[in-house]
Amino acid sequence: MTEMTTAIKAAKLKMQLQCPLPTLDFEVITLGHGSGGLLTNKLLDSGVFDLLRNDWLDQRHDGAVLHLAGPVAFTTDSFVIHPVFFPGGNIGELAVNGTVNDLAMCGAIPAYLSLSFILEEGLPMQEFWDILVAIKFAAEQAGVQIVTGDTKVVERGKGDKIFINTTGIGHLHPQAQISAKRIQVGDKIIVSNYLATHGIAIMSVREGLEFESGIESDTVNLNHTVEALLDDFGAAIHLLRDPTRGGLATVLNEIARDIRQGVHLDQEALPVDESVAGACELLGLDPLYVANEGVFVAVVSSDQAEAFTTTLRTLPHGEQAAVVGEVVADHPGKVVIRSAIGGRRIVNMLVGDQLPRIC
Amino acid sequence: MKYINEYRDPQLVQQYLAELHRITTRPWTIMEVCGGQTHSLVKHGILRLLPELITMVHGPGCPVCVTPLNLIDKAVHLALDKGVILCSFGDMLRVPGSKMSLLEAKARGADVRILYSPLEAVKLAEQNPTREVVFFAVGFETTAPANALSVLHAQHAGLTNYSILASHVLVPPAIAAVMSDDDVRIQGFLAAGHVCTIMGMHEYQPLVDDLKIPIVVTGFEPVDLLQGILMTVRQLEAGRYELENQYSRVVHPDGNPHAIAVIREVFTTTDREWRGIGNIPGSGYEVKEALARFDANRKFAVNIPSARESEECIAGLVLKGIKKPHECPQFGKKCTPQNPLGAPMVSSEGACAAYYHFSQTLEELTSK
Repeated sequence: MTEMTTAIKAAKLKMQLQCPLPTLDFEVITLGHGSGGLLTNKLLDSGVFDLLRNDWLDQRHDGAVLHLAGPVAFTTDSFVIHPVFFPGGNIGELAVNGTVNDLAMCGAIPAYLSLSFILEEGLPMQEFWDILVAIKFAAEQAGVQIVTGDTKVVERGKGDKIFINTTGIGHLHPQAQISAKRIQVGDKIIVSNYLATHGIAIMSVREGLEFESGIESDTVNLNHTVEALLDDFGAAIHLLRDPTRGGLATVLNEIARDIRQGVHLDQEALPVDESVAGACELLGLDPLYVANEGVFVAVVSSDQAEAFTTTLRTLPHGEQAAVVGEVVADHPGKVVIRSAIGGRRIVNMLVGDQLPRIC
Repeated sequence: MKYINEYRDPQLVQQYLAELHRITTRPWTIMEVCGGQTHSLVKHGILRLLPELITMVHGPGCPVCVTPLNLIDKAVHLALDKGVILCSFGDMLRVPGSKMSLLEAKARGADVRILYSPLEAVKLAEQNPTREVVFFAVGFETTAPANALSVLHAQHAGLTNYSILASHVLVPPAIAAVMSDDDVRIQGFLAAGHVCTIMGMHEYQPLVDDLKIPIVVTGFEPVDLLQGILMTVRQLEAGRYELENQYSRVVHPDGNPHAIAVIREVFTTTDREWRGIGNIPGSGYEVKEALARFDANRKFAVNIPSARESEECIAGLVLKGIKKPHECPQFGKKCTPQNPLGAPMVSSEGACAAYYHFSQTLEELTSK
């Protein structure tokens, strides 16, 4: 484990200890908590949402008034992960980090988030609280304000404990010129950290597939790291993407298709943690298709790629950064990987979910 | 990764390739039996590194691909209409039945669970005493011991709500069946290493003697496969036909006696329908009469009519190695992993899907 993740873990634990669940006269979420009436107000007044307090939320208005100047990036994402609690985190920090990172991928500095819950009747308050603490922690780490929100409750059996939607707004970094149109043949493809860690961490606790591993999700906000890179390399960064669902293979296929050029990958250069690689072998999964969090892909002009990677390795969450391939004029629209033994094959987009093999 | 990286060593691979190029003087056609080997050959790009004189054909060793349509329909019926908890290995879920796949049945409300081990299904049966739990016991000899063990565990636990829908298939009769086709031009076989880990090597000697072809028990990593191909080509070039073991670090000639004993306790040999190939006598396992209460086929007495395969699918020719996947007129057109006409396009180990995923523009790439 790196020093940075140790520090983050310590800070998270400290916050959890400092934020015990307030004393409540109810133990689970009931339908009434989403009615908009008395019970909703009781939930709002219970101290539960005091965790996220700021000037905007204190107004208890229908929406937030923001003062924005210059170009802004705007994004939304919904989170429906199962299980809600997984090694290394929970749906709360995922919901903040996911939207923060989407903004960062646009070259923006995330500023404001909305936060909407769809809760399933019967959700234990302690679990909801743990999720809120994780949200608070992730928002503080990213330096974003949660300015508006909503809570609805659905009947038991009609949800999966909790669904979260977050929408985010960020100011564009003055040096950012992120656009697939700027990608050129020869540009290098850089992966910021170990691949496939999050997907394997989730899979290790899925019902029926449980296996013992020390693998933890690497969900984290990437905005500070991206901001530092934009400060130093600005226009040399042609594209940023976070390869979440569908993994690296899917993102690179989308890029190849959009720019009508080929993408060449080098199998040996792909950073995959030893234990994650082992789990992938065991489950018959290809790390290229496994979901990531806390990882981004950068397409950088070839003359700056080496300096970019060296800098990234010194930044938080970039320790394992590596140049893994390049944009080529050959095989337009296709991603081709050179295997460790020198063979070449096409890497297609993921079809459906990756399903574990029989033998 | 220890014990894996050694078998993906680029230098060793180059040495084996150089030796193969040096000794190959005539065209040879070799079939790798197992889908795992096919997957590895294409995934690592090995097919394009072999001497042009060597043609690999991809055998019927993908259990998902050869499971008859009728049995998938049966599993769907049990899950959807009989309300059982239907447990399966992951890659069976997407295989299209005549009406739908298990994945679609799940979307329509069936309780379908993906498991890694049949023993998990036994646990589910214990936890859900009021519900029937059926494990879709598909696979070659490799998965048979674990599936058999699940029956013995259920028996030991006194469970009455656990059964398996068995569709086990066996490699040696399949080799004999493939070779009985007059159009087949296969001159040597790579036998499936994992199957032989369980069953040993002895049942392959009669095939070597009768068919007068070399059979080399082979593993799954690049170095394994190249060594297995090299051993086969050496025999062919020298006019020999013998049973050899490339995968000796794992395969004992006698196999795993404990696993074999468990198989014998639960299963008996039966004729089996192979999707795309047809009926092969003595090519499958079914649950023994004495354990009939753990056999979903008997327990639920479901009568599902045989369904017709797509007439455009040439899976049979592909599974026998007569045609290559991309020689099918529908390959990559009407038939894709998103919309498969036949099973070899579904499983990642199916020859068609392997070609589609990893080498669909084979010609385009090799010409570069």
